[in-house]
Amino acid sequence: MIRTDRIFGVVVILVALAYIASAYNLPPGNVFDKLGPKAFPIVIGIGMAICAAVMVLRPDAEPDWPGQKTLLSLAFATAMLIGYAYALKPMGFLAPTAIAAAVLSYQISPKRVPAILTGLGLSIGLFIIFKYALGLSLFALPRSLTG
Amino acid sequence: MDLFSNLALGFSIALTPWTLILAVIGCFLGTIIGALPGLGPSNGVAILIPITFSMGLDATAALVLLTSVYYGAMYGGRISSILLNIPGDEPAMMTTLDGYPMAKQGRAGDALVISGVASFVGALLATIALALVAPYLARIAYKFGPAEYFALYTLAFATLGGMASNNQAKAALASFIGLAIALIGLDNNSGFARFTGGNLHLSDGIDFLVAIVGLFAVSEVFIFIETHGKSSAVGVKLGKVTVPWAEMWSTRWTMLRSSVVGFIAGVLPGAGASLGSFMTYMMEKGIAGEKGGFGTGVAKGVAAPEAGNNAAAGGALVPMLTLGVPGSGTTAVLLAVLMTLNITPGPTLFADRPDVIWGLIAALLIANFVLLLMNVPMVKIFVKILMVPPAVLLPGVTMISFVGIYSLSGSYFDLVLMILFGVMGYVFRKMDIPTVPVILGILLGYQMENNLRHAMTLSGGEWTYLFSSPIAIGLWIAAVLGFVAPMFLRGILKKPPMPETDSTVD
Repeated sequence: MIRTDRIFGVVVILVALAYIASAYNLPPGNVFDKLGPKAFPIVIGIGMAICAAVMVLRPDAEPDWPGQKTLLSLAFATAMLIGYAYALKPMGFLAPTAIAAAVLSYQISPKRVPAILTGLGLSIGLFIIFKYALGLSLFALPRSLTG
Repeated sequence: MDLFSNLALGFSIALTPWTLILAVIGCFLGTIIGALPGLGPSNGVAILIPITFSMGLDATAALVLLTSVYYGAMYGGRISSILLNIPGDEPAMMTTLDGYPMAKQGRAGDALVISGVASFVGALLATIALALVAPYLARIAYKFGPAEYFALYTLAFATLGGMASNNQAKAALASFIGLAIALIGLDNNSGFARFTGGNLHLSDGIDFLVAIVGLFAVSEVFIFIETHGKSSAVGVKLGKVTVPWAEMWSTRWTMLRSSVVGFIAGVLPGAGASLGSFMTYMMEKGIAGEKGGFGTGVAKGVAAPEAGNNAAAGGALVPMLTLGVPGSGTTAVLLAVLMTLNITPGPTLFADRPDVIWGLIAALLIANFVLLLMNVPMVKIFVKILMVPPAVLLPGVTMISFVGIYSLSGSYFDLVLMILFGVMGYVFRKMDIPTVPVILGILLGYQMENNLRHAMTLSGGEWTYLFSSPIAIGLWIAAVLGFVAPMFLRGILKKPPMPETDSTVD
């Protein structure tokens, strides 16, 4: 059986090799900087690869991964948060925050009305705290609307 | 005497109304953060750093606020341990063993008062010890050259990694990953961009705040989505709170002993508050013996771990302030605070910025008294706050994280990076890869490389220079021991059964 630690280890080894290769192309050191920019990263890359190799050879017990349904909802939460990150600037603070908070709340506890209320409450409450109590510069609405 | 003039300077800075208000706010927020399961001292402080920074507070004010939160969280963790049998944060884990049985016997109020006073004793003694010990350690630290610093950083990774995981390879891998991330961006010495893949966003490097908030706070949301927040606070009841003077007085030696042991555990790199409370509980259990009744709800069983973890929290500040090497996840976050404020911790801090150091120590002393007031007479307020369901709390934490990082840089790139760190934190926690060494790597990577390069330039490329002084050799030996010893100790030091904690960092 292929275990999580093995797959992860192989991925890390590949990343470490790419890291070492990338460091290898950097210039060598000189009199003022004996080691130069490449030596330390190469050491780190080798260290990563060794640790990952140990994980491949001696993997721990399989972690307790959640079922497919939960994994899907985690993936959805991630995608939604990335969408939120992109929406924050053009759409203003209030609407994207209310939606993102409501979705997260629903995912933790699947009750529709409390989730919507949480979204609205957090969005408005945090906006007031951040904007007026802490003085951060936030925009409530899309800037194209307010001019 | 030196100490008193220094403290006078500290109090002259800390006793302004503005600083006092910040200390009170910090203590209040900290107690809430500590009490709420899912939020501990490290992720609580982490989400507040970017916000504090965007508010434009000066160095002393920001430090006072955030260290008050840190101390407050250490006090607050016990509240949910006692009332819900869920540790509010990992250091408060041992408090569940006797605190929850006491609450079941209808003595929740007594348990809260005794543990609150124990927290106060531990934290107060540790803060005094910090003021006494730190200047001496800072003087020793002056003898450190680049070779010694390189060895010291290695020691920090080795002991922290050795303690943090059940698998040494995974702990070491976490450190290497952190270091590898730290090296991304422009190399200040040679001016070459490293590992940016031509992405301009990466040429400044990855901001450690983005990584900390992602790994500590955002990953928590994913954990709660998976578990649907089962560990929520339902049906908390607390009767009238009275002070059980006689019982409290009977725990006086327990509190004092635990404060000493906790402080020492805190000073040791890699140990931190969780180990402090574990060691003190086991010690007191041993001293009391069979008839002590530990585990059935005795006062000493809540006094020991609380005095221990609060003393350790103070002790952990010693290596962080004098050497710039954090001993635990939370002090790593506090190091991030200092670095954000452009304060370089280390021996020079005591000479160059006495205002910061002694203002901080004075503020910690004040914070302790504020916290005693909040956590004993006013503890009912915090019990009310415990009722906040996770379905409100965690979305709130996420949104605060987003606003914090967004107001720092105003770029969606950092936000996406933060989410990716959140996913990484979730996967790592599932796989039992500790996340604290990753943070430590990102924080220290730049200085570690600089010290190594500096050492090599000084010695003309001679590697043996790294092992050329007695201090350096001692540090290297300690590093090897700190990494290897936990493998053998793990079999001997079996932890007693205790409820699952939902926080993996202290």
